[in-house]
Amino acid sequence: VSPASLIAVGQCGNQIGCCFWDLALREHAAVNQQGVYDEAISSFFRNVDTRILPLGRPGGVVNEILQGPLRDVFDSKQLITDISGSGNNWAVGHKVFGSLYQEQILEKLRKSAEHCDCLQCFFIIHSMGGGTGSGLGTFLLKVLEDEFPEVYRFVTSVYPSAEDDVITSPYNSILAMKELNEHADCVLPIDNQSLFDIISKIDLMVNSGKLGTTIKAKSLVTSSAGAVKKRHQKPFDAMNNIVANLLLNLTSSARFEGSLNMDLNEISMNLVPFPQLHYLVSSLTPLYTLADVNIPTRRLDQMFSDAFSKDHQLIRADPKHSLYLACALMVRGNVQVSDLRRNIERLKPSLRFISWNQEGWKTSLCSVPPVGHSHSLLALANNTCVKPTFMELRDRFTRLYKKKAHLHHYLQIEGMEESCFMEAVSSLSRLIEEYNQLDATKCMPVEDLPRLSIAM
Amino acid sequence: MSVVTVQLGQCGNQIGFEVFDALYSDSHCPQGLCSERENEAYQASSKERFFSEEENGVSIARAVLVDMEPKVINQTLSKAAQSGQWKYAQHSCFCQKEGSGNNWAYGYSVHGPRHEESIMNLIQKEVEKCDSLSGFFIIMSMAGGTGSGLGAFVTQNLQDQYSNSLKMNQIIWPYGTGEVIVQNYNSVLTLSHLYRSSDALLVHENDAIHKICAKLMNIKQISFSDINQVLAHQLGSVFQPTYSVEGSCHYRRNPLGINWQVRPPLPGLPTLGKVSLNRELHFNTSIANLVILRGKDVHSADLGGFKDPALYTSWLEPIDAFNVWKTQRAFSKYEKSAALVSNSQFLLKPLDTIVGKAWNMFASKAYIHQYTKFGIEEEDFLDSFTLLEQVVASYCNL
Repeated sequence: VSPASLIAVGQCGNQIGCCFWDLALREHAAVNQQGVYDEAISSFFRNVDTRILPLGRPGGVVNEILQGPLRDVFDSKQLITDISGSGNNWAVGHKVFGSLYQEQILEKLRKSAEHCDCLQCFFIIHSMGGGTGSGLGTFLLKVLEDEFPEVYRFVTSVYPSAEDDVITSPYNSILAMKELNEHADCVLPIDNQSLFDIISKIDLMVNSGKLGTTIKAKSLVTSSAGAVKKRHQKPFDAMNNIVANLLLNLTSSARFEGSLNMDLNEISMNLVPFPQLHYLVSSLTPLYTLADVNIPTRRLDQMFSDAFSKDHQLIRADPKHSLYLACALMVRGNVQVSDLRRNIERLKPSLRFISWNQEGWKTSLCSVPPVGHSHSLLALANNTCVKPTFMELRDRFTRLYKKKAHLHHYLQIEGMEESCFMEAVSSLSRLIEEYNQLDATKCMPVEDLPRLSIAM
Repeated sequence: MSVVTVQLGQCGNQIGFEVFDALYSDSHCPQGLCSERENEAYQASSKERFFSEEENGVSIARAVLVDMEPKVINQTLSKAAQSGQWKYAQHSCFCQKEGSGNNWAYGYSVHGPRHEESIMNLIQKEVEKCDSLSGFFIIMSMAGGTGSGLGAFVTQNLQDQYSNSLKMNQIIWPYGTGEVIVQNYNSVLTLSHLYRSSDALLVHENDAIHKICAKLMNIKQISFSDINQVLAHQLGSVFQPTYSVEGSCHYRRNPLGINWQVRPPLPGLPTLGKVSLNRELHFNTSIANLVILRGKDVHSADLGGFKDPALYTSWLEPIDAFNVWKTQRAFSKYEKSAALVSNSQFLLKPLDTIVGKAWNMFASKAYIHQYTKFGIEEEDFLDSFTLLEQVVASYCNL
């Protein structure tokens, strides 16, 4: 209900953003057949005007948006396109384009915010490994924090996988991490390898012809048949679909009615116990649309079990064998509170929660399922299993930095010095150390602290 | 005498609807198992308490709906209107667009002062419609942000503005296994504040009602709707009219007319020396019990068991602590029904558990920054903990 504003930065960000709008429009169209403008739609749309601010190279994604079937959804005045691209250089994105475009961006954001009755949060979508999304995207965080301090900043960040073809991605990622540490309220890290693995699994299921598993044509998860853009499948299309679904499910309880609503500002409140520990691991289930409509209880419980399996996480992580600080279960569709309670009680013994948050569950029930499913689950975990991703990132950075490879591209940018890199690594190391300390408590027995004694 | 209901937050509004629906259905139930004249008296009494009437005869719930986001209120209003029999008044709701984010501090310190005037004006309007005001019934949850924080703020205001009217808060206790991560903080803050301004806290635990749905009613897939309907049924059986005097057929006018204030004897006075015969049976010690009987054979029911001194604390005689209300008019088609409202150690364990968990979390300082951001400091938490430890100790000492 309280509007969110989507800001997609860079090529990756824009591709995901496009996917998201496509799915969101279809979802609302499916729910509201008369096309009557209603509350739910206004959560993200405003008279088919959009609040998206795609930023990126012309001739690339942005041009497609401007010429494609979705062009009516986007007010071209909301787009900002630069001329030359960032050359996969965080410093160019952050320092050069940051200062160049700050005013222009701010103006568009202010105009956008004027139309929102009550702006609650910004969703920023970008990748970490490149130049624009990584550099300019994180520059924006500081701008948003200064200009709209009351509005939450949710960042969906795509982290580079080990085989990333951008050589300087470790530099870009580390520099961006420092900004995320300091200026984001909540980060949902995603990595391409995990998305790819999930897509492969789905393909396997479809092609194996297993009894009773066929992908419904209208499923929003994997197919773009019926989607607005009909060009040939790009390699990242299916992967972007998953991230777009993540955002869709994250906002579903705010857009649609349910017996236990969850607003966007409740995510940060419940899942961020300390300001610096704001990285959430996400998982989406079920990923397959099954042919049978009437789902017996066993399958429903399977959906909950899968949410905790390492195969369903959107980054390489194993929450079951790490420590939970907090966990949110956002359910959509024909699921009732007893299903939720039953599964929490069933799964709880196999999960480790920190001593002061043994019942650290945040739950929501939204009545409207995603198109093509009867129910779905998004799990968000504040869990120490996010640590390996950060440690790997630091390792890759160290390997590259030791050789001083490609460093001059960064240092030649005004405002960039070696100390920038050092500070960024320190910031990351401090974060990793915090997770280490939490992990150290994993095996300690849970004891109740002595209570206040009262004189009667 | 009339009761004005204030429904706060998603929980409060969802339950409020079910309560009014249950009250209306029961009032207009044709099978009262009593004479027509009796039925009419019952109906009239119930109506006066909970509904006002439009010119065309449609019943309007005496209620004010408050929420910080519009979805639930919109649903509640339309569900009521759909019934075609009763509805909420057209301008009886107050709504915002941003929610409270499950943050007690936001509900109490930001929404409260910001919307104080509007909300109190709505309540005043509803009060003015009553010929005679008995008091307020405030429905809220403890776990979230609006019901809990704004609910505490509104109750405080009601205490200031209507100090002669009774305020009873219907509080929903969240599932023990966690619905909202900061539910224990929100609960502690809510209870400590309500203790200072409310006259009575009527508690329902989600876990307990869930068990009723599962074990006693055999519902397979339990929804919040099921839970709320059970709750509404229980509340209906407590608040519908009963005879004012033993043996009379007139309905008591004051629905909240229980002597809620019970005070332990001052130190130094001798406690009443009693030896109870049934100490082997383990009951939670009570300081007050109210039994409500409806339907057939109410006048011949044997209530001796409730008068056993073993049930009560040593400084109370059962005659002072035990009350019965009756009516021959059956409730909701049940030939016989009984309700028990009890002020006892029953809630000691759940309260102690919540305080303990909140304390453990507080010691780690987790989530505290979310509260201090809006003006609730660590000191406020400590004050709340202190108050509740005193409550726990008081009940323990019974």
